Order: sequence, then C-alpha cells, then structure tokens
Amino acid sequence: MSILTTEPVRLLLSLVCIMAFVGLNAAYLVLAERKGAGRFQRRPGPNEAGYGGWLQPVADVAKLLSKQLIVPPGTDSLLFRLAPLMVLSPAMMCLAVVPFSETLVARNINVGLLMVFSFGSIGVMAIMLSGWASRNKFAIISAARVVSQNVAYEIPMLLVVITLLMMTGTMDLNQIVRQQAGGFWHWNFFKVGANPLMPVTFVIFFICMLAETNRAPFDMAEAESELVAGAFTEYAGMGFGVFFMAEYANIVLGCSLATVLFFGGWQSPFGLWPGLLWFLLKLYALIFTVIWVRWTFPRTQFYGLLNLSWKILIPISLFTLLLSSAMLKIFHS
Amino acid sequence: MKASILEVPRGFWSLLVGMRVTLTQFFKPVVTVPYPRKTLPIPARYRGHIELTVDPATGRPLCTACKLCERACPSDCILVDGVKLEGEKKKSVTEYKLDFTKCSLCGACVEVCPCDAIRFSKDYNLASTSKADYNFDLVERLKAGRKQP
Amino acid sequence: MTAPPDIARPTKPQETFVLNVGPQHPAAHGVLRIKMTMDGEFVTRAEPILGYIHRMHEKMGENRTWAQFLPNTGRIDYLSALHYNHAFVGVVERALRIEVPPRAEFIRVITSELNRISSHLVWWSAFLIDLGGMTPLLYAFDDREKLLDLLEGVTGSRLTYCYFRFGGLCNDIDDSFIAGARAFVAQMRPRLKLYRDLVTDNIILRKRLEGIGPISAEMCRKYGATGPVLRGSGVAYDVRRAEPYSVYPELAFEIPTYPAGDSMARYLVHMAEMEQSLRIIAQALDKLPAGPVMGKVPRVLRLPPGDYCFAVEAARGRFMVRVVSDNKDIPYRVKLRTPSFSNLSLYEEASRGMILPDVLALLGSLDLVIPDIDR
Repeated sequence: MSILTTEPVRLLLSLVCIMAFVGLNAAYLVLAERKGAGRFQRRPGPNEAGYGGWLQPVADVAKLLSKQLIVPPGTDSLLFRLAPLMVLSPAMMCLAVVPFSETLVARNINVGLLMVFSFGSIGVMAIMLSGWASRNKFAIISAARVVSQNVAYEIPMLLVVITLLMMTGTMDLNQIVRQQAGGFWHWNFFKVGANPLMPVTFVIFFICMLAETNRAPFDMAEAESELVAGAFTEYAGMGFGVFFMAEYANIVLGCSLATVLFFGGWQSPFGLWPGLLWFLLKLYALIFTVIWVRWTFPRTQFYGLLNLSWKILIPISLFTLLLSSAMLKIFHS
Repeated sequence: MKASILEVPRGFWSLLVGMRVTLTQFFKPVVTVPYPRKTLPIPARYRGHIELTVDPATGRPLCTACKLCERACPSDCILVDGVKLEGEKKKSVTEYKLDFTKCSLCGACVEVCPCDAIRFSKDYNLASTSKADYNFDLVERLKAGRKQP
Repeated sequence: MTAPPDIARPTKPQETFVLNVGPQHPAAHGVLRIKMTMDGEFVTRAEPILGYIHRMHEKMGENRTWAQFLPNTGRIDYLSALHYNHAFVGVVERALRIEVPPRAEFIRVITSELNRISSHLVWWSAFLIDLGGMTPLLYAFDDREKLLDLLEGVTGSRLTYCYFRFGGLCNDIDDSFIAGARAFVAQMRPRLKLYRDLVTDNIILRKRLEGIGPISAEMCRKYGATGPVLRGSGVAYDVRRAEPYSVYPELAFEIPTYPAGDSMARYLVHMAEMEQSLRIIAQALDKLPAGPVMGKVPRVLRLPPGDYCFAVEAARGRFMVRVVSDNKDIPYRVKLRTPSFSNLSLYEEASRGMILPDVLALLGSLDLVIPDIDR
C-alpha cells in the first residue's frame, strides 16, 4: 500500500486511469449516442453486435484498425500525422486537473481552470493543422470555418467563467467543488444570490461547449461533408477514428467542467455521501443532454452560428459579468 | 430592435419545447418490428406474384388458357398454353409461365380473367441470386403447393 | 448575412470554379445533376442537367392500350401515385363520357388525400435531413406506416398504386378502412401539433428558412410553377378550385397561401396542406354514399379522335394528362405535364447569388421528385 501512495506512482496510476477513462468513454459514448439516437427516434439502435449491441464499439474499433492508414501524396507528412495526436492529447491533459472526487484528482494545481482553458485551445489548432496538411481545398475551407467557430465561442465561454471566478475567488477546481458543499441549493447553478443570472450563465456555457466540440446543432464542419468534404476527409482508418475519439473526449471534458463549475462536482444533492458516484451521475446526465440536443435540432447556418456568438452570447455574457461585479461590489464589499 | 431582443428568449423557449417533445418520445416504446424475428400480418389484398387457383370440387386449375391475361398484360410477362382434353368444353392449362422480372403487379390479368383462375399470392420472401429463379412456372408451383398440406 | 457578389463587377471566368452536385446525392433528392458555377461561396449559375432517370413513359403510352398504361401512371411520381392515376382515368372518362358512381368518386378523393399526406410527410422528412435534423424522419415515417398500411389494405400496394380504373375503382373499401381512416385523422392532428412544436416553431429552423430563396409570383408565372411553390409566393391557385374535378366542389377546404415567397412560406404551405387534407378526408368519410364502385364502361376502349386533357392537383402541383387519340385502341400521343419539371425550371434564376447551403435548402423546399421531372 505504501508504494502506491508515493507521489510518482500515484501520478502514473492516475494518468493511466485517465487515459483508460477517456478511451472507454470515447468507445462507449459512440454506442450510447447511437442507442440514444435510436431511442429518441423510437427505434432500437445497434442491437446486433453482442447482446443488445454492447460489442458494437469493439466491432467499430476492429473495423477502423483494419483499414490502411493512407497518407496522400503531397500532404505535409509530419503535420498530417501529428494532427490526430494533438487533437486527443489536450482533452486527456485537462482531465488531469478535474476532481472526480475529493481525493481522486491526478494533479490538483491551484490554477486548474486556467490550465484547462489554455490546453483546450490546442485542440482547435490541431483541426486547423489537419485541414491544412490535407492539401485539399475543401478540407482547408472547412478547417478555417471550424477555427473561426471555435474562436468565436471561446469568448463567451471565458467571460462566463470569469463571472464564475469572481464568485468563487479561486481557480483551484477541487476548491470550487468544496465551496458547493451542503445541499443542492449551494451549487453554483442555484446561487442567484451572488448573480441572479446564474442559470443563464450555465446555459451560455453549455451552448459554448457544444460549439467548441463541434456538436450539433453547430456541426457544420463535419456535416458539410454532405456536399463539400469536411476537415477530416483525407484521414482513413484509425486516423479518422482518433478525431472521432477526440470529439467525445472533448465532450467528456466539457461536461466534467460544467459539472464541477456549476453542479457541485462530487458533492451530493443532500449533503450525504459525497464522492465519485455523484460526479459520474451528473457527468452522464449532462452527456445525455448533449446527445438529446443533437438529435432534436437541425443544423444552424454558418452565419447564424457566428451571429449567435458575436451578437447574442457575447453581449449577454458581458452583461452577466457586469452584473456579477456590481453585485459583488454592492453586497459583499 | 425590440423585436430582435424579444426573439432571444422566445427562440430559446422554442428550443426547450422541442427538447421536451423528443424527451417524451424517448420514453415511448420502440416502433420498429425486429424483422425477421417477428413478422407482421399480411393484408388480404396484398399483391404478391400471381398464382393459379383450383376448383375445390375437382382439384384442377380453373384456368382455361383463353389467353385474355396474356393480352391484357402491359409488360408481356405471361405465356399461357393449354389443350382441350377429351370430353371437356374448355381447354385445360398445360403451361403458365410468368416472367416476374417484368411484372408490375398492376392486376390487369387478375381482373380480366373470366373464370377467376389467377389471384395474387402472399409470397414476399423472394430473394434470390439468379434472375432465372424469377421465371415462374405457375403450373409447377401449383403442383408443388399441392403436395404440401 | 454577407453580401452577394457585386454585379457591377462581373466575375471573370477564371475566378469561378464548377462544382458538380449529383447525380448521386447523400441528400434524398433523386438522380438530379446540378452543375454549379461558383464564385467562392456564391453560386453564379446552377444548371440542372436532367435525364438520368428518363424511362420513356410517354413513348410507352404510344405502345400500350388505354388500360395497359395505368400501371405507368403510378410510377411517374411514385409518392403521389393515386393523383396521377386519377388524371389518366379522368381523361379517358372525360373523352368517353363515362359516369363514375359517387361512391367511387368519394373513395378516390379519400385515398388521394391520404396519398397527399403521405407525400408531404416524405418531403418534410427529406427536407429536414437536408437541414441536419434526422429525428423528424422517424416520426413522420411512423405516421406514414399507418397510412401505408391503410392503403395497402385497400389497394394491395404500398407505394406505386394502380387502384383507379376507368369508370371507378378496382375494388371497394371495407369497414376496417373507414374505421382506420377515421382513427388516422384523429391521431394525426396531435401529431401535426407535435411537428409544429418540434420543427416549425424552432428558432434554428426559422433562421435557416426565413428569407432564403425568395421566389416572386412573377417568376412562378413565367416558369409555370404550380403547387406549394406558387402558393408560397402568394398566388392562391389550386387545380381543385380552378378546374374543379371529382367531388371537390362539394367539400369545404381552404387553399393555404403565404405571401412571403421564401422557403419558410413554402414549408408552411406544405404543413397547412396536410391539415386541409385531414379536413377533406373527414368530410368525405362523413358524406360517403353507398352504392357501386364501377360505372358502365364500354367493352372495348376506343376514344373518339381528338385531343383530351385532364388536370389534377397532385402533391407537387398541377399534373395534367393530355391524350391525342386517332380512333385506335392505343393512344396516338400521351403528354404528361408534370409539376416538378416546371418547378425545377425556375431554379436557375432563383438561385443566383446565393451561398451553397441556401441553394440546397431552396432545392429541398421546391419539393422535387426527379422521376417526375424526367418521366
């Protein structure tokens, strides 16, 4: 037991666990999405591979692994191969600071929130690299669109997080969770005493998270492939599989962040038995909502997407920021 | 200006209404029938390929090879031939070939027949890997059908 | 929205590129090829190229007897096959002055309107898939299964019906159909409300469709567009009222018209037409008389020499059959005036200067069935 609690071993174990968590989630969230899509559409979803379809991700992974990894001639070979790596690693790195329970956090640094957002931006760069290295004019147009979409939605997300930071006073994620102890009325989502527009800030955060991870209704980049090829056309087999995994890893990261920031992380709703179970419950409830949103709405137009961010979300988030700071000044100085 | 500001909460509300619709559908039973593990009943008037009918008294096909169906068919699918047996007024069918690759299930043959000798079958499991399997010999099929109870 | 290309500075040919849409589509349009000349994001010219599914129905009309052509009518536009059946039997009945019993006429109307709902449900599903919403397809097809089961119980087919005959119908309906149709009408009205909640009122859809693809009434008149395209541009033209046929004069229904002329207006026309069809079906079921379903028809069909035509309001617009007879038992000429052909012809002019996703949304809102265009 004692060697397991020494710092290097503990860190190594937790990093391995995070990679396993991300990998399993990426594989089984695909199945959950397809089954969820089926249930929303009143059909069974995949149910042939294995009992009830539980071996479907295994079949998918086997299929992707068996395909030839084609690197088209004329592409920038280093960047082409680097892009899938760069798109998956930030999600895993950021999960190292997310507190799964009071003690289950890989590395609890006191600027955890800052680290998450800085590393999150690397994922965007990876998509741009994949589009650029593909030497395909439609891929690069798609990639440029993804980048402008992500940049546009980072701003309201950061503004909302700053609003939250003013209230919590700390960037340490585990500390933020500890501040939400007690019943569910202590969760940041319900703290209308500090900022009456707190639920609105959560909604803005959620919408920005959907846009950052290129999920419907903001999935122009992937769905443009109806007509024009998406940013990932030139990737075959597991290269494409990695982008897919990265999307789900980003969703897991975004939802864990939302859980930690707004819904009390590993705190329980009534103050009893806090721990990992509550975190996972809330996380998967949010992921269910992400899937629910995808299968309900049609896709936005690209210009509608940008309008939403620049003309609607940013003014609202600026307003909540001002409101929060005003309330802090007036009521808590 | 005012309209576009009011549009934001109204638009958001429309999104929530839509989400409630899909959530209620989530909890409803699955519509899909898991074919082939379960099959649905075939309606009485289902148009499968045609088959010969028999006279319940004699057990022989009612078809008299008058060739009205052959002439009525828009796609030239039918080939009928018959001979007049000893002591009978009308011919008996000896050959009834249906080229099902061309049949459009229009029903002209069934309707024009003066003695109700052909009818639509309920046969829909017709997958095959060779085109020759779709040149049905209805007399043979009738004989084969008779052997089965 | 960004501005369209500057027409004062026409694009030089070398600045444009050609993007070929189709004939194979991931979107559910059919085998239509559109050659789009694009200036960056904007479409300068969208040229539809037809003929990939030309099956020579009109030529087949010259080689088959009047009765043998009936199955063809179901295949021209397979989604609203009964309307096309109706047009062809109508033209022969008009030429030979055949009396159709009232029961048959009412059943024709009931089944045709059910078919119209089925066709609009398919259009709705395919259009929404173009826009990215996959779920409504499944809901619409659930309703459509009930419809198709109803019609299969009566006609024996699920899609390409060959049910109408000269002088009436192939066979009569039974009580289970009447009960089923009433049940369908009763359950469809809340479903239409569900579709309104889920899709029509949705802000994302409204932003996608409002103001997109404006088609003026003048453009419709120029190209001969009919059906929801015309009614979505403010012109209240419906063949059921303009050239009344069958028992439509006895039934009360409205012609939904929206003046905006954009894709949203055409969308709303389709949804409102489904409601009106339900209304027609309910009235017709109430008024359904007893009686025979087949009138007196001459043994050998030989139309007097001349030119006859009959128009119906199919799901997509005005479908007209014109036959020329020279006193033989096969027609001399069968001309099929299909609505999708005229509706497509305004596509080139309407799509100038629009960006690519909007151009595809416009194509979806025109409700085209490509076999209807190519025949």
